[in-house]
Amino acid sequence: MRKESLVSITDYSKDEILEVLETAKLFEANPNRRVLEGKVIATLFFEPSTRTRLSFETAVNRLGGRIIGFSDASTTSSTKGETLKDTIIMVSNYVDLIIMRHYLDGAARYASEVSPKPIINAGDGSNQHPSQTLLDLYSIYKTQGTLENLNITMVGDLKYGRTVHSLLMAMSHFHPTFHFVAPEELKMPDEYKVYCDKLGIPYEEHRDFTEDIIDRADILYMTRVQRERFTDLMEYEKVKNVYTLRNAMLAGSKPNLRILHPLPRVNEIAYDVDDNPKAYYFEQAKNGLYTRQAIICKVLGIKITD
Amino acid sequence: MELSDKELKVAALENGTVIDRIPSDQLFKVVSLLHLDTMDKSITIGNNLYSHKIGKKGIIKIADTFFKEEDIDKIAILAPKAKINIIKDYQVVHKQEVSLPDQLHDIIRCANPKCITNNEPMATKFDVIDKENVTVKCCYCEQAISKEQIKIK
Ligand SMILES: [Zn+2]
Repeated sequence: MRKESLVSITDYSKDEILEVLETAKLFEANPNRRVLEGKVIATLFFEPSTRTRLSFETAVNRLGGRIIGFSDASTTSSTKGETLKDTIIMVSNYVDLIIMRHYLDGAARYASEVSPKPIINAGDGSNQHPSQTLLDLYSIYKTQGTLENLNITMVGDLKYGRTVHSLLMAMSHFHPTFHFVAPEELKMPDEYKVYCDKLGIPYEEHRDFTEDIIDRADILYMTRVQRERFTDLMEYEKVKNVYTLRNAMLAGSKPNLRILHPLPRVNEIAYDVDDNPKAYYFEQAKNGLYTRQAIICKVLGIKITD
Repeated sequence: MELSDKELKVAALENGTVIDRIPSDQLFKVVSLLHLDTMDKSITIGNNLYSHKIGKKGIIKIADTFFKEEDIDKIAILAPKAKINIIKDYQVVHKQEVSLPDQLHDIIRCANPKCITNNEPMATKFDVIDKENVTVKCCYCEQAISKEQIKIK
């Protein structure tokens, strides 16, 4: 694999993560820097994701780069049976960087092996989505002033939610305490608990989403509890509203608490939370722009210093 | 029951390799893993023999063939307790246990149907994360696969 590509959050060391966050801060102060002048970037979305694509394309545009690509696999040659390898090699002839999203797990890793140009993974199936993780980290860093020694409470679908798994891996550099709040069917998989045990990271598991847990948190990371994840629909009906955050539940929470959610939300955050200054999910999405600008520059070896 | 030097002689293998202590239900998978089915050397296969170590076992004797270590280590996926005896001039000149390599290149299939390796004509690659229990992790989709889920490519 080319060293420059970003496929999985574990490709970056603690120092590299911090470097991206510092650069994102500079982009937040001034997002319009024409450092990609004369460069062409491909956004290949084999699976549609308007939110992520618009964020990446805005990042490229604000950096002065040009974009080619597609937003839906049905318009591409992959529907004619062309292999991913052939598509990637063909496109890499034209561009300086490929940003790709794919419906298959591991597609970005494979692309990074066959491509002579660097790859940024914008989501591969249910596997990795490192720019989401870095924007989550930037949101935490910005609101808490540090990533060190924080109480990170994750709520909802902790079994299938790839964002919480990647966030857990990334935060493991920074001495966190984790609280995992999930129904039995969607609890944090053992491999991540073993990972925490190995690194000596304390964590607690909870079935009930109580104010006592909320009151101790610095970051409340909410996720969707989706009906299709349940084998037993009775179980879903029982828990679907148990993991909903309502404004009244925040009465005793810490002043620095911020509520994050990868969006889109369904009913896991009540609308009355939106006006609470601790609700941070909309700014979180905006932070995605600066973080993606920083990632693009890092992958292309462009240093931003002021 | 361990094979003694005497019994190996009874089998009259002058030169070659004996693979012992293969679980019976894995024997023919080992045959195909090592591509013995397309080999023209003389091969003796015994199966459902009694072993106090692993219950029913199989044994394979291949004349005039010596495997590269990396090839022989592959069979640890199927038979982690297998024992290799190298025979020269009717004597066991070398005994070794198999041990899983750190990485498996294009030997097994990923158990995740949504993995890119199951949807593109490409080689598979796995990191061995637990040699004791034979757990591997796909280098592409990053999913861990347990021994029971492993399928030879
Ligand atoms: Zn896989």
